[in-house]
Amino acid sequence: MILVVMEQHAGAWHKMSWETLAGGQQLGKAMGEPVAAAVLGEGIGALAAELARKALDKVYAIEHAQLALYNADGYTAALAALIGQLQPTLVLFPHTYQVRDFGPKLATRLDRLLLSDVVRVMPGPVFVRQLFQGKLNADVRPTTAAPHLVSLQAGAYRADTLVAGTAPIETITPALEASRQQPEAPFRESSRAVDLTAADLIVSVGRGIKEADNLPLVEELAKALGAELAASRPICDNGWLPMERQVGSSGQTVAPKVYLAVGISGAIQHLVGMKGAKAIVAINKDPHAPIFEVADYGLVGDLFEIVPALTEEIRKAKA
Amino acid sequence: MKIIVAIKQVPARDSQLRLNSAAKWIDEEDLTFEINEPDAYALEEALQLKEKQGAGEVIALCLGPERAGSTLREALAKGADRAIHIVCAHPETLDPLAIANLLAGAIRTESPDLVLTGLQSDDLGSGQTGVIVAELLGSSHATNIMEVLLQADAIRVKRELEDGWFQYIQMPLPAVLTIQSGLNRLRYATLMGIKKAKTKEMRIIEAETLGGQAASLDRIYPPDRQKQTQMLTGTAKEQAVQLVEKLRFEMRVL
Ligand SMILES: Cc1cc2nc3c(=O)[nH]c(=O)nc-3n(C[C@H](O)[C@H](O)[C@H](O)COP(=O)(O)OP(=O)(O)OC[C@H]3O[C@@H](n4cnc5c(N)ncnc54)[C@H](O)[C@@H]3O)c2cc1C
Ligand SMILES: Nc1ncnc2c1ncn2[C@@H]1O[C@H](COP(=O)(O)O)[C@@H](O)[C@H]1O
Repeated sequence: MILVVMEQHAGAWHKMSWETLAGGQQLGKAMGEPVAAAVLGEGIGALAAELARKALDKVYAIEHAQLALYNADGYTAALAALIGQLQPTLVLFPHTYQVRDFGPKLATRLDRLLLSDVVRVMPGPVFVRQLFQGKLNADVRPTTAAPHLVSLQAGAYRADTLVAGTAPIETITPALEASRQQPEAPFRESSRAVDLTAADLIVSVGRGIKEADNLPLVEELAKALGAELAASRPICDNGWLPMERQVGSSGQTVAPKVYLAVGISGAIQHLVGMKGAKAIVAINKDPHAPIFEVADYGLVGDLFEIVPALTEEIRKAKA
Repeated sequence: MKIIVAIKQVPARDSQLRLNSAAKWIDEEDLTFEINEPDAYALEEALQLKEKQGAGEVIALCLGPERAGSTLREALAKGADRAIHIVCAHPETLDPLAIANLLAGAIRTESPDLVLTGLQSDDLGSGQTGVIVAELLGSSHATNIMEVLLQADAIRVKRELEDGWFQYIQMPLPAVLTIQSGLNRLRYATLMGIKKAKTKEMRIIEAETLGGQAASLDRIYPPDRQKQTQMLTGTAKEQAVQLVEKLRFEMRVL
């Protein structure tokens, strides 16, 4: 059996769950294994019912008051019990922040290793993961017996390939001890002053800019183009630009007509925030930078030469 | 309060990576190495927690080949009180569970109140060593931490969630936290600190070879390009002129 562990927050699905579920269906077919899905929480009847309308062999609804708000202890205990009982061949998770929080703990509890952030599953099974922030790939083979626990990177499978159907639901109430983690309700920092999601044009700057003193270079480019200025995480971590200009998994998700990435390497956590742009332009001195993997137009070279030249040409064109 | 910070030494960020002849890892000759980015923030947080309390001990812990000693020295120069170096010539042959087992072994002998790790390593990028260590130690843990507040017998931490969301969590000590970049401002080592570091204790432990591994790294290779990227060529000016053309006639935004 392939077991897909879905993720929900306050009754809303994490959309990567659907990609993972689609992956489960495809692998189930390829491996000739039945496919089941599990959802955890409190009052999750409607979510389970929605899952039951997919082509699955079984839906497990794990209900418990202590699972109302995610906590690592509760999730680990509940899933360890389920996996122990089902003995699946493969357990698939979306590689979300929540899975990062409990997945490794669960695997260790089961005497296994979580193969994390996997981008592709090949026969064997052999799992492909990225190394060095996407600069290299690695083929990794589990050497322990099943179950293999695997978390899938965003985009590894497409949610639009999901097959509809019907599946029986089994509701389980696990025996849980009190969790050591006491989570409080999630919140958002004071409302964002900058809404990048509405921007048509974005110039985004990364660590290639080297110093805060060099930022006017990209500010000028953004101004000439009439674009919003955005940044990768390290620029905001350093305090060079405010957090609200950060694009990526922990920042904003944008979809402009043009996203111009200047000195950004293209780590997956950045890519998930901007790969929905209509056109992506990348300026980077490293021809092998992963950003070119998603770029429509690539300019290989020194940003300190290209950016001023580009600003000038745009000004000329607009004059 | 006794705090252990797990820091990893990784190839410097802009390194040109070449595969070794077996295509099992990168060729490390000619590379320079540095502290893994979030680990630098974890170390800073540990130092600040100690300073806030006015007492305690910060121990830097690293598993790596001999070269990794330089990263531990830097941690001592920045203010860590002592260091533990688990020497292992080829850590790249270990999977995260094996690494965590070795780290947990060293941590156990110290019984710290708090263990800080980075969220993710730049090279392996498993994003799980800290959480595995927590489970092996039987400690509570939390990941992706942007703020650490000490309370009498517990801690309250701010977790970064996706998409600009955050959450506070409280838990008892001892605990393991995985630290996200950007939660503090990094300090530089002072000259005085560098001098003092030479007198601080650096304990060397030989990594015992562990029984089994849970996964094997079969081969590494450059990813294949799926996207057709139009590469603009020529001088900076020529590239700029071409891009303006594209912005005007293909992307239609000028
Ligand atoms: C859980 C988690 C969440 C994260 N969330 C985010 C997020 O929301 N957003 C985000 O951006 N990151 C996020 N990150 C960090 C992410 O993994 C990368 O570390 C980060 O995106 C790298 O930023 P960068 O590309 O600017 O820097 P680097 O990776 O250092 O890249 C700099 C690039 O600049 C190029 N360059 C250098 N000099 C020049 C020059 N003179 N001319 C041209 N090019 C040059 C280099 O070739 C390199 O490609 C997250 C990480 C984790 C683990
Ligand atoms: N060899 C190591 N020595 C010390 N700490 C490590 C080592 N490997 C991983 N870590 C710690 O675990 C974190 C997560 O690493 P990883 O699970 O490889 O992504 C790192 O940021 C370090 O704090």
